[in-house]
Amino acid sequence: MNLYRRRLFINYFNLTVSTLMTVFGLFWLVWLLWTLLSNGLQWISLDVFTQITPPPGSTGGLANAIVGSLLMTAMGVAMGAPIGVLAGTYLNEFGRASFFAPVVRFVNDILLSAPSIIIGIFIYEVMVVSMGHFSGWAGAAALALIVIPVVVRTTEDMLRMVPNSLREAAAALGAPQWKIVTHIVYRAAKTGIITGIMLGVARVSGETAPLLFTALNNQFWSLSLDQPIANLPVVIFQFAMSPYDDWQHLAWAGALLITFSILCLNILARVFLRTRKPGH
Amino acid sequence: MNRDSIDMLNDSTFVENAMVNEHDSSAHTATVRNFQSPKLRVENLDFHYGKFQALHGISMDIPEKKVTAFIGPSGCGKSTLLRIFNRIYELYPDQRSSGRVLLDGDNILSRDQDLNRLRAKVGMVFQKPTPFPMSVYDNIAFGLRLYERLSRTRMNDRVEWALKKAALWDEVKDKLHQIGTQLSGGQQQRLCIARGIAVKPEVLLFDEPASELDPISTLKIEELVSELKDDYTIVIVTHNMQQAARVSDYTALMYLGKLVEYSDTNTLFTNPGKKQTEDYITGRYG
Repeated sequence: MNLYRRRLFINYFNLTVSTLMTVFGLFWLVWLLWTLLSNGLQWISLDVFTQITPPPGSTGGLANAIVGSLLMTAMGVAMGAPIGVLAGTYLNEFGRASFFAPVVRFVNDILLSAPSIIIGIFIYEVMVVSMGHFSGWAGAAALALIVIPVVVRTTEDMLRMVPNSLREAAAALGAPQWKIVTHIVYRAAKTGIITGIMLGVARVSGETAPLLFTALNNQFWSLSLDQPIANLPVVIFQFAMSPYDDWQHLAWAGALLITFSILCLNILARVFLRTRKPGH
Repeated sequence: MNRDSIDMLNDSTFVENAMVNEHDSSAHTATVRNFQSPKLRVENLDFHYGKFQALHGISMDIPEKKVTAFIGPSGCGKSTLLRIFNRIYELYPDQRSSGRVLLDGDNILSRDQDLNRLRAKVGMVFQKPTPFPMSVYDNIAFGLRLYERLSRTRMNDRVEWALKKAALWDEVKDKLHQIGTQLSGGQQQRLCIARGIAVKPEVLLFDEPASELDPISTLKIEELVSELKDDYTIVIVTHNMQQAARVSDYTALMYLGKLVEYSDTNTLFTNPGKKQTEDYITGRYG
């Protein structure tokens, strides 16, 4: 009985401590969201979405920054995701027996944890310097470099979850390997791969450092990726550091916007993954 | 090692058993070791998983349009042997075989054997039902599209033919466009059989096809196997001896990577040639 009591106590104790730690962790997230909401919500208006970034002292919005961010994120993901999916496919489907695959996996892990400012400086050196000016393309390329390792990782993980029995079954029918991968394995892992890409989007949409060195900023309305282009993170950075109240208000609004779109994207990705059809 | 499989039995571990054997083994085992024109002839086959040798000098003939069952305790090599007949083991780089397996006289283990052609001729059904994540119809059409360009109506006919042949048509004819993974376990397994039949193979390999199914589904699979042997050479691996006795014409008992005894099913179960066989089928080990 004594032993049983002891067990009950230890169980209770551990449960309490882990609950407290969870609450502790969540507390900061809630605080952060609360700060954003209380400071930012009041500055969200239609103007934020329709007006371009103003000079200090006049009214305006973030329209050019929002569109610039969307453009570069879309281009970055459009460039990075296919490379990531194909590399992940190589790692799990074609490179299993080769010595090259572990090397790729290792390098990819390094890239995954590389500070994004390094990637910004690298693209600055490679693209901005050689082109002679900042540009949206350079920004998109920097984002693509950040998307690639995320997508490689998730794609490989998701493909690994496809049971070998399915590959064997397709091979037993005489299907060549490329057909097994494209018709069977991709189909089985589809939702997982898409989720990985969505997580990649979430990852890059808040990146500031690589854009500071590549896309820079543009206070005017511009859709050209050949020119420096406005984007939310850099605008927030610039406006939040400024001494002007109205710029700071816009920075709060932008921060709220970006945080909640990333939050939504993450939640969406998770819901998507959970509701995927059971099966092989 | 001697090519003659009878001698092979007597080397190594089975010597002791052979010595105390009351029956004379050579008489009836010899009758089925060599067929006039076997569908598959296995000669001196070794198999390795990395450094572990899983099969030791297997030699046997598998007759055409009959059901041949491989039985034996877990890990005896029966599935390993089956997986050589369509070289599916080659998906895994550290698995390798040596020896010869002749399909209609051609060595399928030779380097220049076209694997996809081989697998079109030798179909396989696995232990776990493996429907593809696509509709019932596409599950069957997938294999067909690998080999034939069929018009819509011809394709429909072939899908229906395969499903009827696998005794599944009546149950799925109204849900051909439902995803295959939503069928019950027994239906999934028959879908896999239909998928294998659709491409018109000559040999069908069954790797414990009913071990994950309920008794009624098992019965249906067994009936199906018996019907299919009119058209196909069937090799079935099972750890269920009653199943082997019910469905097969010939039975091979394996133990520790070696062929212990191989004869017609009736003889093997009623008048086994070796003490070891008798011990196994009466449940004394395995």
